[in-house]
Amino acid sequence: MTQTTAESAVRKQRAQIRVRTLRTDRWWLAPVLTFAGLFLFLIYGFWAMFDLSMLAGSYIAPFSSPCLAAATCPEGARLFGFAPFGDWYKLPPGLLILAFPGGFRFTCYYYRKSYYRSWWMSPPACSVAEPHSKYTGESRLPLILQNVHRYFFYVAAIIGLILTYDAVLSFRDADGNWGHVGLGTVILVVNAVLVLCYTFGCHSCRHITAGRLNHFSRHPLRYKAWTLVSKLNARHQQFAWASMVSIVVADLYVRLVAKGVINFPFA
Amino acid sequence: MGYKAKFRVWRGEGGEGRLEDFTVEVNEGEVVLDVIHRLQATQTPDLAVRWNCKAGKCGSCSMEINGKPRLGCMTRMSTFEEDETITVTPLRTFPVIKDLVTDVSFNYQKAREVPSFTPPADVKPGEYRMQQIDVERSQEFRKCIECFMCQNVCHVIRDHEENKPNFSGPRYFIRIAELDMHPYDVADRKEPAQDEHGLGYCNITKCCTEVCPEHIKITDNAIIPMKERVVDRKYDPLVWLGSKIFKRQR
Repeated sequence: MTQTTAESAVRKQRAQIRVRTLRTDRWWLAPVLTFAGLFLFLIYGFWAMFDLSMLAGSYIAPFSSPCLAAATCPEGARLFGFAPFGDWYKLPPGLLILAFPGGFRFTCYYYRKSYYRSWWMSPPACSVAEPHSKYTGESRLPLILQNVHRYFFYVAAIIGLILTYDAVLSFRDADGNWGHVGLGTVILVVNAVLVLCYTFGCHSCRHITAGRLNHFSRHPLRYKAWTLVSKLNARHQQFAWASMVSIVVADLYVRLVAKGVINFPFA
Repeated sequence: MGYKAKFRVWRGEGGEGRLEDFTVEVNEGEVVLDVIHRLQATQTPDLAVRWNCKAGKCGSCSMEINGKPRLGCMTRMSTFEEDETITVTPLRTFPVIKDLVTDVSFNYQKAREVPSFTPPADVKPGEYRMQQIDVERSQEFRKCIECFMCQNVCHVIRDHEENKPNFSGPRYFIRIAELDMHPYDVADRKEPAQDEHGLGYCNITKCCTEVCPEHIKITDNAIIPMKERVVDRKYDPLVWLGSKIFKRQR
């Protein structure tokens, strides 16, 4: 057998195999589907941001909640009872809201994985060579800004609670009487639950509850919260997609009811 | 029932080599390493392969099977179609010594760069008192068998050899996390994790977690918690302010 010593020049060489990958499975399928899913979500979000049909009876479209702009939401913000952005505000009302949950999802550790793989191909799949000649990851600008994630979490948690409040209000009919349950109520409740599961299963939330501690035994309540968040966190990817689908379904449903396209009993 | 399988095995020394085709007998219940050993016994007596326990616990027989990092001893032949050609190559991130044997000393170098467990000066061995819940989180990381498949699959160094000096890799991020989460470790590991070990290079695409034969949640339980701890230390002004106001130890 040939003896190879540590000093050998050729020893420092990797196996020279001039193909991008030797994988034989359909490794490309997940990034393609992820790309398509995220693209469709962005397209819908862009449309919803400009669409003004956000109120239908007691329902409010999640992409436009809380309603903050007086010009486009004459009833004012239900949560605060007034519209903080007066008639001077001319931009789409969704813009005021979507920047925060959008930023939360953009900097989310799961979404980072999904779009780094599917959009930036860094890498497209495990053991598949990426096309970039240089890589510094999140060690410098601009990607080091991903570390702002926890601040988006703080705002997203508030918005998640507002969506829950909206879901509770959807048990009222158009005249404000409690006891109404329509298809929209069910959709908004399911959406609120999924958004909360996604938001409070976030890695930053896990860190804030007790992940930063080294002595769980000294903080039993925080430890309990950490175990609960960890359970949600283990399904973070599933909740990310489920809540993304549910928020589009809920938003589209309310807008279609508001436009009169959906007009059946118990809508 | 036995059958004849088609194997393509990378053979060579240093970086130079080629994929060679073989037809080799496979019997029921065998794993890829068994077939490699049969190749050695019947066709290629000088084929080099590193192995030891044949039980998935020593981490020696790491190789790439159909392009994926796998343990040869834990990859059942029954997971492949009988007419499928199975391609076996050495780990692609490390220099080849011969055939399927790579030089993984990069990892040992990185291991030496992580300071060892550092207890408080006033606590003597035998005086450590810890609750189970305080240590069980980092016990997960002690399952590591050092197969280095996480290091191999990580694109930060797999696709960018130039990053090796600045990046320790997932195996050592779990080591750093294990120590940083230890109730009695007092060494500063957060800033070094970012500045010396290259934690910021990780873009959490989770390939390390996917290939771990011990199913350690490397990304979710070690790398991301360490990234959050680094944010506490370096990037979060509220945490900084809180530490000043409440005189908390950071």
